[in-house]
Amino acid sequence: MVEFWDIYAWPTIVTVFYIICIVAPLLGAVAYLTLAERKVIGWMQYRKGPNVVGPFGLLQPMADGMKLMFKETIIPSGANPILFVAAPMVTFVLSLIAWAVIPFDSGVVLSNINVGILYLFAISSLGVYGIIMAGWSSNSKYAFLGALRSAAQMISYEVSMGFVIITVLIYVGSLNLSSIVEAQSGGFWNWHFFGLLFPMFIIFFVSTLAETNRAPFDLPEAEAELVSGYNVEYSSMTFAMFFLGEYANMILMCAMTSMLFLGGWMSPFDFAPFTWVPGSIWFAGKIAFCLFVFLWIRATFPRYRYDQLMRLGWKVFLPISLIWVVLVAGWVVFGGDKVGV
Amino acid sequence: MIIQGLAFYLFAFVAVAAGAMVILSRNPVHSVLFLILAFFNAAGLFVLMGAEFLAMVLVIVYVGAVAVLFLFVVMMLDINFVEMREGVLQYLPIGALIGVVLLVELIVVGGGWVAAPITGATLGAPTPPIDQVTNTKALGHLVYTHYIYLFQACGMILLVAMIGAIVLTLRDRGGVRKQSISEQVNRKVEDSIEIVKVPSGSGV
Repeated sequence: MVEFWDIYAWPTIVTVFYIICIVAPLLGAVAYLTLAERKVIGWMQYRKGPNVVGPFGLLQPMADGMKLMFKETIIPSGANPILFVAAPMVTFVLSLIAWAVIPFDSGVVLSNINVGILYLFAISSLGVYGIIMAGWSSNSKYAFLGALRSAAQMISYEVSMGFVIITVLIYVGSLNLSSIVEAQSGGFWNWHFFGLLFPMFIIFFVSTLAETNRAPFDLPEAEAELVSGYNVEYSSMTFAMFFLGEYANMILMCAMTSMLFLGGWMSPFDFAPFTWVPGSIWFAGKIAFCLFVFLWIRATFPRYRYDQLMRLGWKVFLPISLIWVVLVAGWVVFGGDKVGV
Repeated sequence: MIIQGLAFYLFAFVAVAAGAMVILSRNPVHSVLFLILAFFNAAGLFVLMGAEFLAMVLVIVYVGAVAVLFLFVVMMLDINFVEMREGVLQYLPIGALIGVVLLVELIVVGGGWVAAPITGATLGAPTPPIDQVTNTKALGHLVYTHYIYLFQACGMILLVAMIGAIVLTLRDRGGVRKQSISEQVNRKVEDSIEIVKVPSGSGV
C-alpha cells in the first residue's frame, strides 16, 4: 500500500496539480484575450470597446461565458451526433494538451521531452481534424465548404511552418524546447530574431496567423462576405469550445514564436535589474506582445483573397523557407561558431 | 512497470479494435477516423518503446497529412454503399492472402529477433547506444551516414512519383484568368490612365 502511494498515487496527484496550475491561468488568459481583443481594436478605431459590465468592462468575459453556457445546445436533426459533439472537444483538448511541453522558466516544464518541438508541431497539425469533423458532421453545405476552406488553408501553411521549425532546430541542434531557449541566452542580440533567422521569423509569424485562422487570413469566418465557416451549425457551449480552442491556439502559437525566435523565458539584457525578474514574467510578456501584434494586424489589414492566400503559402513562403533550410544547414556545417551536430 | 503494461495493453487493444473497425464500419468517413485512431495508438506504442521521434513523425506525417487527404477524398466521393458491398466476397480471398503474407512476414521478423538476438549488434552499421544519444540522433546517424544512398534513392523515387502524378493530372484549361503579380507591379500610371484636359462645355 505504501509502495502504491509512493510510486503511483502521489506522483499522479502532483502531476494533476501541475496540470491545473497550467490550464487554469491559460483559460483565464483566453477569457481576457477576448476582452483585450475588443478593447485594443476599440482603441485603434477610436471606440471604447466593452466598458459596461464591471469596471472598465473587466467582467465582460464572465458575462459572455454565462450567456453561452445558458443557451440551448442545438444538434441539427441531420447531423451525426457523436462527431458533432466530439469535434469541438477535439479542438479544445488539442489546444490544451500542447502546453504540456512548454517551458515557462529554466526547468519549469510539465514534461521535458526530447522531441518537444515535434510534439508541438504534431499537435498543431491535428487541429485541422476538429474543423473537418465539425464541417462534415453538421451535414450542412455551408459548414462543409467552410471546413474545406479552413482545412486547405491550415494544411498549406503547415508546410512552411515545418520548414521554419527545421531551420531553427538545425541552427540549435536540438529538438528539446528548453535547449532551443537556452541557445538564445545572454542578451537580446543572441535571440534568433536577430541575424540569419530573421526572415524565418517573419514567415513563421505570418504562418501562425494563417494557421490560427486570424485576420488577414480569416476566410474561414469571413463574416462580412461569406456565411461563417465550419461552425455555423454550432450553438451554446459547443460553439464556445471552438472559440476557446481558437484563442488558446493563438496563445500557443505566440508562445511558440517567442520560444523559437524571441528567447522564451530569457531576459533581454544579461545584467542585474533585468535578471531579477522571473523568467516566466518575461515569457508572458513576450507572448502578450505577440498577441498584441495579432490584434494590431487584425485592426490594420484587409482580408486576403483565397487565391492570394494560397499563392502566398505555396509560391512565396515555401520556396523561401526551403532555400533557408539549405542556407542555414550550410552555415552550420561550414561556417558557424554554433556547431549544432 | 504496471503502468507501462497497462498502457501497452490499452494502446494495443485500441489499435487492433480501431483497425478492425476500419474495415467493419459502414460509413467510409468513420473508417478513416478509425484509421486515424489506429495511427494514434501506434504512436503511443512507439512512445512506450522509447522511440519518441518515430512516434511524433508518425503523428505528423500520417495523421497530420496523409489521413487528412484520405478524409478529403472520402468526403468528396459520392459513394453508393450497397454497390460497394457487392464485391466483398469476390475480393475476400485476395485480401485474406495478403493478410496471411503480411502475418507470416511479421512472424519471421519477430522470430528472427528472438532466434538470433545478437544480430543487431553485429551489423555493419550498428545502432548507436540508445541510452547515450537521443533516438533522433541515433536515427539520423544511421540514415544519413550509413544508408545515405538508399535514403537518397527513396527520395528520388518519391520525387519521380510526385512528378508523375502532377503530369498525369495536369491539363491546360483554356479561358482561365490568372492574376499575374509581376504584371500588376510593373504597371505604370502612363499605361493605364490617360489624362485629358477637357474644356468645359464641349466634352471629350
